[in-house]
Amino acid sequence: MKRITETASAFVREMLKSFKILRRNTMGFIGFIIVALVIFLSFVGPLIWPAETSANVSEINQGVSLKHPLGTDFQGQDNWIKVVNGGRDIVMIAFITGITATAIAIVVGSTSAFLGGKADDFLMGLVNIWLTIPKFPLLAVLATVLKLNDVVTLSLLMALLDWPGLARQVRSQVLSLKRRDYVEAATMLNLGTPNIIFKELLPNMMSFIAIATINAMTAAIYQQTGLVFLGIVPYSSANWGVMISAAERRGVLYNSQAIWSIIAPMGAIVIFQLGLVSFARSLDEIFNPRLRTSV
Amino acid sequence: MAVTSSSSPSTAQGVLPILRAWDWLKSNYLLKRIIQALFVVWFVMSVTFFVIRAMPGNAVDILIQDLTNAGMSPDEARTQASLLIGIDLKQPLHEQYLAYLGNTLRGDLGQSYKSSGLKVADMIAQVLPWTLFSVGLSLFITFVLGVGLGAIMAYKRDTWIDHVLSNIAATLDAVSPYLIGLLAILLLGVTWKWVPITEMRGAMSPGMKPEFSIEFISDVFTHVKVLLLVYVLSSVGSWMLQMKSSTVATLGEDYVTVARARGLPDSRILTGYVGRNATLPLFTRLAISIGFVVGGSVLLENLFTYRGVGFLLAKSIAERDYPVMQGVFLIITAAVVFANLFADFVYGWLDPRIRIAGGEQ
Repeated sequence: MKRITETASAFVREMLKSFKILRRNTMGFIGFIIVALVIFLSFVGPLIWPAETSANVSEINQGVSLKHPLGTDFQGQDNWIKVVNGGRDIVMIAFITGITATAIAIVVGSTSAFLGGKADDFLMGLVNIWLTIPKFPLLAVLATVLKLNDVVTLSLLMALLDWPGLARQVRSQVLSLKRRDYVEAATMLNLGTPNIIFKELLPNMMSFIAIATINAMTAAIYQQTGLVFLGIVPYSSANWGVMISAAERRGVLYNSQAIWSIIAPMGAIVIFQLGLVSFARSLDEIFNPRLRTSV
Repeated sequence: MAVTSSSSPSTAQGVLPILRAWDWLKSNYLLKRIIQALFVVWFVMSVTFFVIRAMPGNAVDILIQDLTNAGMSPDEARTQASLLIGIDLKQPLHEQYLAYLGNTLRGDLGQSYKSSGLKVADMIAQVLPWTLFSVGLSLFITFVLGVGLGAIMAYKRDTWIDHVLSNIAATLDAVSPYLIGLLAILLLGVTWKWVPITEMRGAMSPGMKPEFSIEFISDVFTHVKVLLLVYVLSSVGSWMLQMKSSTVATLGEDYVTVARARGLPDSRILTGYVGRNATLPLFTRLAISIGFVVGGSVLLENLFTYRGVGFLLAKSIAERDYPVMQGVFLIITAAVVFANLFADFVYGWLDPRIRIAGGEQ
């Protein structure tokens, strides 16, 4: 019991330390706040602002007002409420795809770099072939044939298509880190490959991996938006991608009154992405002690 | 030991030419790339075949079911489906696969389910030139612009020009082509009213005849210009950043320092020593960029109603017209793969180190 509380308090202390470092990097901190806010609003927001179920004919395509801070859409529903309710899918798609793709890439990339020789040739050959196949058309065709209906399967499919570029980067990172003194020392001490990968190599690649994960996440958000636009992913659930396509189809672009119903979801995606990117940039300082001045 | 050494010369004599041919094959950079490209195309063909034909609940079964529901007997439906896709469905699966490969090699991609009587190959041939034209031209413009601006950023690094351009490049790189397209329609077409977006639908004006005249060419450009702008904006950012880092790396090379020490004029160093070497690594990047632009074309051609390959793919997906979908996807993949091959050739031609080392990097 004592040990558990000790490790827990050590963990909290470590987190607080990370938080302190994060706070000193203004851009990173703002990014962190944005991401936290988007996640919070997407999961808790619907409880405060439940989704409107009926159309509101008297308030169609309104501009910004006190009552409707982001205007209303073609059904007279409030855009702010729709944005709040449409975030959950997007956040889930981003995280599931980003994390799964990165995990596959780390496993394949580091295995390839460590084994070398024939296995390396084979894995990298596979990656190079995979990279030449145009990804979005393939995703569109597969998503159509497989008739995807839920967020998790779609995310996993996107992750399955997204990892090769990242795996190649992980491989070259591992190859360069492998020659560092401390890794060679660990190899000499025969600490075991998994141990070396997780204890010695990964911590040194964390900032790079974080940025790659963020890139995979934003790519996933945009791919999902594209699939909705092509009508491959069903319209049933309301998310930012569906909002953009629905607004575009209603000719909102040509109606300055209604323009907020497309700017709101687009803005939400861009703000979320900006938050992620600036947060990822600051992670470099958290994971790389050499970049910190003092804590 | 003695046994093997005495028997080996006789066997080696028979095997040696084959081994030598194999070695030559392995060391021949161009041939290796061609074989790899053909392998990718074959792989994609096979995957789409098995996904569409062999999976449970696959497209062909659904087509047969649809035809049966429309009042045909199961046997008639099967014959009708066989006619549409050009393969005898009563044969076992592996023979269907061989028939499909043979048909495809002969350029027969089957018939459309929805636009009855239309051959898929003809449908693609009608739209392909427009995509090749718009994507090819945009890649060229992006390459020239990206290399130029990237070099400027590297030369003026840490000045305000570099900061402004770097930020623009990073922003453009981050935003998806689809959002840039929506913004282009909104700003250029609606808010500022610079271009009549609705009149620009299609690849050319109705009633326009393809001929070599100024009228026709200007009409084509009127229809493609916004699409071109969006392609360029959405991919120029990554080229600029790549070229900048590549140029900065080249500037630190010894041969540049030596060229400076020899008192060569700046313009000579810039073009002959830095520019050429810094541009080289970008050719490997072309692969990813071609795929990216083609992927973007599926969305953007739809957004701008530009009747190219991406438009056809989206239409076939919306109508669940599987032969068209399969054919278009195959053509898109083949185009990207062979464009890559071409980029590889150019790279090998520009940089002899690649050819000699057999592409090992």
